[in-house]
Amino acid sequence: MKVLVPVKRVIDYNVKVRVKADGSGVDLANVKMSMNPFDEIAVEEAIRLKEAGKADEVVAVSIGVKQAQETLRTALAMGADRAILVIAAEDVHTDVEPLAVAKIIKGIVDEEQPGLVLCGKQAIDNDMNATGQMLAALLGWSQGTFASEVDIEGDTAKVTREVDGGLQTISVKMPTVVTVDLRLNEPRYASLPNIMKAKKKPLDEKTAADYGVDVTPRLEVVSTVEPAARAAGEIVGSVDELVTKLKEAGAI
Amino acid sequence: MKHLSDNYQDIRDGVRALCAQFPAEYHRNVDEEKAYPEDFVDALTREGWMAALIPQDYGGSGLGLAEASVIMEEINRAGGNSGACHGQMYNMTTLVRHGSEAQREAYLPKIAAGELRLQSMGVTEPTTGTDTTKIKTTAVKQGDRYVINGQKVWISRVQHSDFMILLARTTPLAEVSKKSEGLSIFLVDIKEAMKDGMAVKPIDNMVNHETNELFFDNLEIPEDNLIGEEGKGFKYILTGLNAERTLIAAECIGDGYWFTDKVTAYVSDRQVFGRPIGQNQGVQFPIAEAFIEVEAANLMRWKACGLYDAGQPCGAEANMAKYLAAKASWEAANACLQFHGGFGFANEYDVERKFRETRLYQVAPISTNLILSYVAEHILGLPRSF
Repeated sequence: MKVLVPVKRVIDYNVKVRVKADGSGVDLANVKMSMNPFDEIAVEEAIRLKEAGKADEVVAVSIGVKQAQETLRTALAMGADRAILVIAAEDVHTDVEPLAVAKIIKGIVDEEQPGLVLCGKQAIDNDMNATGQMLAALLGWSQGTFASEVDIEGDTAKVTREVDGGLQTISVKMPTVVTVDLRLNEPRYASLPNIMKAKKKPLDEKTAADYGVDVTPRLEVVSTVEPAARAAGEIVGSVDELVTKLKEAGAI
Repeated sequence: MKHLSDNYQDIRDGVRALCAQFPAEYHRNVDEEKAYPEDFVDALTREGWMAALIPQDYGGSGLGLAEASVIMEEINRAGGNSGACHGQMYNMTTLVRHGSEAQREAYLPKIAAGELRLQSMGVTEPTTGTDTTKIKTTAVKQGDRYVINGQKVWISRVQHSDFMILLARTTPLAEVSKKSEGLSIFLVDIKEAMKDGMAVKPIDNMVNHETNELFFDNLEIPEDNLIGEEGKGFKYILTGLNAERTLIAAECIGDGYWFTDKVTAYVSDRQVFGRPIGQNQGVQFPIAEAFIEVEAANLMRWKACGLYDAGQPCGAEANMAKYLAAKASWEAANACLQFHGGFGFANEYDVERKFRETRLYQVAPISTNLILSYVAEHILGLPRSF
């Protein structure tokens, strides 16, 4: 079985995000970028499936700017076998929307015929949480979202989902799209020999046009604002005083 | 801070990910217990970082000093101390470039696999510091062995290494036409040597740095352990010394960024008289100055690495890089300690530990004054001052 893992290049989770002066988005110039952490978990899961003999090839895919090849090299250094980069934007500030990404991945799935697509449940930059679901719909495949456990047995995948009320385990028919949650695994970091090997692994470069997908945005960002600064707190002397203050503030 | 990526971002990310598994408390505890960061060095070895300079044919990654320097820089930048393991990096090229094929085959794959460590270099002696050609330790050929007698000092990581590269005189100074001739380097099996002929006396010191006095009393080593040709050891040892200086420059650069990051975060947050102390120019300027110096030292580091990796002479650049970087990290350390106020002296902030660690590099592996003398004499052509 071949496993396809889409990975997104996003602002590094350690970076303090700054809004651009014109409010059109977040400033990404000269900012450290990394692989979306949920996608790292997806790559890790795919590699574990290969190590367990349940998959024979792991293909990483990224859709975005040319620099996303660094993100793909990270996936290759972790253990993916090869990579496909689909250039769909020139400017690092252009975010390709989930529907366009899902359509491009569908094009890749049609060509590659994987048995499983493992995606992060969402990207930490815009938290859309849509691509995996859209892809399953476009392909007409089953889907298992927010996975904290994935168990593949022949034609079915048992997916444990993290839902509001607790854990839900579903059985879905293969091929399937699984979106992964935080607790599925702890991704490995790349060793030096694997970083060196990754430089030699194949990385195909394509464009959105190769898949006949129009990436023109359908959504308009009206404004982007930083979270309001936290107001100074006040130290209270007793529980009674706390309750009084909360009542005064209309909080209780 | 703005992030400018360079050609080594993959290496930086890899080392940072590993270092993230060893948070500040880990290094603080190792320091407090005067212990060796065994788990950390094991992890670096397991993940292939300590074999960066070993050619791929022998199980390493075949990288250059530039990449090795990035690894060391990132360790220090992450709050660790490369001093625990940089010996293997600076010794490696000596063995790779000057060792015989038999020696490379015998040792490099095992070092790459983490079965052996080559962390020590024995050059300095009590009465001859930088005046290397005057060393008194001798190696006399007797049959198929060399017999070593003499004494070394400030020899680091001996208790955490399997091998040491040792410099000894094989032809008396009086019998050579040039004083740099008649010296040879040997690969010493430390554990074997400690059984008979080599005594190791640890030196307790200001930083948690495992360093020792060594006493050689008729230590016998096989002739096969001679590296390169007998009598040409001085030229070979420079390979290690230039690498050492360049790598330590990179470590100081890592320290420098650690200090400027740490102090910038602190002064942005610390409120006195109703505003952050970082709003005061008296606080900003020393930090900015240190940052500028770290950046400038970094440029000289790349120059030294470039020459070294091209096999060109780089003594001046390696020394100047070490000089600039050690000075810059010390300025950064001072600013960091000063603006942390009393908290800078509290162990839990890690500032005092890093402050002690980076201070070492004004003195070791060559003191700042001797770099100035070197530049005055060998680059500017001024008369020798000593």
